[in-house]
Amino acid sequence: MTTLAAARGPKGTLSGARSALSGILRTNSGRVGVVLLAIAVFICLFGGFFAPYSPTAVVGLPGAPPGQGHPLGLDFIGRDVLSRVLYAGRSTLLLAGLAIILTYALGGAIGLIAGFSRSMVDPLLMRGIDILLSVPALLVILLFVTGFGSGSFVLVIATSLVLLPGAARIVRSATLEVSTRGYVEAAIARGEPTRSILTREVLPNVSGVVSADLGLRFSWGIILIASVNFLGVGIQPPTPDLGLMVSENRVIIGTNSMAVIGPSLVLATLIVGMNLVSDAYVRQLDRSGD
Amino acid sequence: MGTPVAISGADPGTAPAPARSARPRSHPVLMFVLRRLGAALVTLLIVSVLIFIFTSVIPGNAVTIILGKSGTPQTIAALEARLGLNRPLFEQYFSWLFGILHGNLGNSAVALAQSQPNPSIAGTIKDPLMNSLILGGITAILLIPLTLVLGALAGIKADKPLDHAVSIPSLIFAGLPEFVTGALLVYIFFTSFHLLPPVSLVAPGASPLSTPKILILPVLTLLIVAVGSGVRQIRLGMIDVLQTDFVQFARLNGISERRVLVRYGMRNALANSIQTIAQNLQYLVGGIIVVESVFAYPGIGVYLVNAVLARDTNKVLAAAIILAAFYTLINIVADLLVVFMVPKLRTELV
Repeated sequence: MTTLAAARGPKGTLSGARSALSGILRTNSGRVGVVLLAIAVFICLFGGFFAPYSPTAVVGLPGAPPGQGHPLGLDFIGRDVLSRVLYAGRSTLLLAGLAIILTYALGGAIGLIAGFSRSMVDPLLMRGIDILLSVPALLVILLFVTGFGSGSFVLVIATSLVLLPGAARIVRSATLEVSTRGYVEAAIARGEPTRSILTREVLPNVSGVVSADLGLRFSWGIILIASVNFLGVGIQPPTPDLGLMVSENRVIIGTNSMAVIGPSLVLATLIVGMNLVSDAYVRQLDRSGD
Repeated sequence: MGTPVAISGADPGTAPAPARSARPRSHPVLMFVLRRLGAALVTLLIVSVLIFIFTSVIPGNAVTIILGKSGTPQTIAALEARLGLNRPLFEQYFSWLFGILHGNLGNSAVALAQSQPNPSIAGTIKDPLMNSLILGGITAILLIPLTLVLGALAGIKADKPLDHAVSIPSLIFAGLPEFVTGALLVYIFFTSFHLLPPVSLVAPGASPLSTPKILILPVLTLLIVAVGSGVRQIRLGMIDVLQTDFVQFARLNGISERRVLVRYGMRNALANSIQTIAQNLQYLVGGIIVVESVFAYPGIGVYLVNAVLARDTNKVLAAAIILAAFYTLINIVADLLVVFMVPKLRTELV
């Protein structure tokens, strides 16, 4: 029965990823997106290895403009901006990444169960999720922080709760559609346990819509995490973080604007790159679907 | 010239809605309005319970955090008693709810701890709320026509240079966090050209409208982010409508392009547009939190963030419930508007 599912489902992961990439690279905006995203992710993950100074060491006058040895100048208490920017993306990207994994694990499970149950479980789960959508996203996170404090763990859970309803809805509607297909009904008729039907027949066939949704949701997660850190209620100083750096250095934007522009540009590159790639990928899916 | 009525069964503007001629005994639209209002009230009630639970049960009771190391068991117990935290939770909730319904938002925990003369929240939240309404209102007035016009133009000229000129910037700017856009604007308009102030300070008791200059950058930041996301949706809705059979048919019938676009295109894109605008306005409710912080504009967003930082749970509660109420209100108004303005949907209510 797996062969049946595999025949209809997406191609093997490796060749699937390769054909997706070549589809993305076919458009101009996709190519630009891949380059931007690659640069930004590289800076975020490995930038720290190239940092000339320690991100927390005070090395000169606060707010010194770009000059010798400090291409982006110094920040509001005299730390090297370039070094901090190189370190600052890691927290944002990792927290958003964890939040996304948790979002699809939880939201995917909820969507699968709701879509496949054909009972009261479906409306109950979905109405429960709708409640999360009746409050602004940032407000949910702020309430979480008020209650549980501003640890990384809290940020990840709160962010994934905000991202979750949309993911669950998408998985649910895809599951509803897949559930009526012949191979799923055949598996039910054979008396397969529900869990193996869900994992072997349904899951591989909803992964397509999930992949189409992934990029935009990920960039939304990055925006939320960065915004919470900007507001000062997330990651605490002296940890270098992109959002936090923008807010810390606003006071010296007159003397060393690079302390604000630097981290802003890294975030912008990351998010715009992610959105362009996601946009190109979805277009390519639409084309191959026609 | 062909008769538009004959070919436009799907055009709700010209076809009489069957529900109206049927005249059912109970008024379906009225029932719909009541049902929506009821559902919204229930949602708001559930949200208020959740917000209340978040700000009260959870570890690190607000009082111990506010009093910090200086708190002795006696002072902690005294403050808890003054805030009513020693009562059962459901009793606290209902007395809070009762207060809200009477316009009493409770007392600031921090102000009580520092024995300030007037700890009432209602007094301190009025000005920030007004300031936010001014910022949000001005943004909304500019946002709605801008989104509709740009989105419709991009949709009508899909894949032509005009569309790219609108769509590419909106794809880029819709994605950026407000504080990045805000910081870039400050860099351009303050650091480079010294045209506008980098912060939007308002003297206590003064209206931001007396110094309109400080509103420009916050409004611009909100507009750039919100217009970007709205334009993309309006554009897609317009493209969808223009590909339908009745639009193709109207064109084949030789109806002028202008008339096709207005009577067939825009009219049928209306429901989608109202929803998009509603999402845009809902976005403003959340976006204002960050944008106010970027420019230190004394609105409800800054008020909320400061309350979160001070762990002043009663203030968080008050600001959160106000924001949630606006959020829900926009939703209902949009739902009702769609039903009143798009007769086709009315028939589905019965």
